[in-house]
Amino acid sequence: MRSRVDSRASTAASSAAAPEATGSDSDRVQAPESPQPDERAFELGGRTWGSRLILGTGGFRSLEAMERASIGSGAEIVTVALRRVDPSARGSAIEVIDRLGLFALPNTAGCYTARDAVRTARLAREAFETDWIKLEVIGDDRTLFPDAVELIEAAETLVDEGFTVLPYSNDDPILARRLEDVGCAAVMPLGSPIGSGMGIRNPYNIQIIVERAAVPVILDAGIGTASDAALAMELGCDGVLLSSSVARAKDPERMALAMRQAVASGYAARRAGRIPRKLHAQSSTPDEGIPRLDG
Amino acid sequence: MIIELNGRRAELPKGATVADAVKEVGVDGESRGVAVAVDGEVVRRMEWEKTELKTDQAVEVVRAVQGG
Repeated sequence: MRSRVDSRASTAASSAAAPEATGSDSDRVQAPESPQPDERAFELGGRTWGSRLILGTGGFRSLEAMERASIGSGAEIVTVALRRVDPSARGSAIEVIDRLGLFALPNTAGCYTARDAVRTARLAREAFETDWIKLEVIGDDRTLFPDAVELIEAAETLVDEGFTVLPYSNDDPILARRLEDVGCAAVMPLGSPIGSGMGIRNPYNIQIIVERAAVPVILDAGIGTASDAALAMELGCDGVLLSSSVARAKDPERMALAMRQAVASGYAARRAGRIPRKLHAQSSTPDEGIPRLDG
Repeated sequence: MIIELNGRRAELPKGATVADAVKEVGVDGESRGVAVAVDGEVVRRMEWEKTELKTDQAVEVVRAVQGG
């Protein structure tokens, strides 16, 4: 078990050391630089990304709304699905994504079996010329919870075929470990059911997953609003994947920006190290030197 | 020759290829994000012109759509 926070905190401390002397002409004491909002790069699938927010493109009222929200979110990775060609469809998601210079991460949404998911992933590889796949294998259409057995099987096959597998999984630490063991590039536990907006229903499990994982942990599904995304990061997740909370918000563009800030803030708070919770108060003002004023 | 094209019955001339099926669906095969499976197996783009279809084969022509 490794401590992710500590290693990061020490890196942060060294990089935030006092700025170097700027030269002999400057004798005045320089105020330390104020740290910038925290969007430090992270490694995922052997690549370095600047944004820890991955945006799903489903559920937007229009391609224009999707485009504006994508820009507002600052996301570099956006998910797409594959469906039968509809010749009457206006515009194309992939054109927008390519124009914005974003990375299209195909998913296997709608697959109920390992076989279907593997076939969909292969189609996606052909369509997008990428080995990356957001692997979803769901168990039923009411909960959209992952089918753990099929998920593991699909993940194993796809890893063998050279895919970079990002599996949407339950908030189950054992399943997360199994997915990591078969070679997934990340684990992506749900906070609550897809599209439910119920936030993170079992933060303790997410914490355990984070504690044990040696691959990035991305909270996937269930985010309702900005504080949920911040909580995910405070719990130690490396990133957040969200879709409906932005796409179905009254003002998706504004919510996208809120999510971007929430992810950055939650990540910064995690690295800063929160104070422990206590039952009783602890004064922040010293007791010494209180003047006697009782005459 | 009758095939199943995106879940519907479609009639194509004998000797039709995967490329013909893509045209039949009405999508520009050159555009990015389009892929084809015949009976569940991917047919790579470079093979579309060469791959002849047989009666009753199921052809799926898919493309990128918005999705979480």
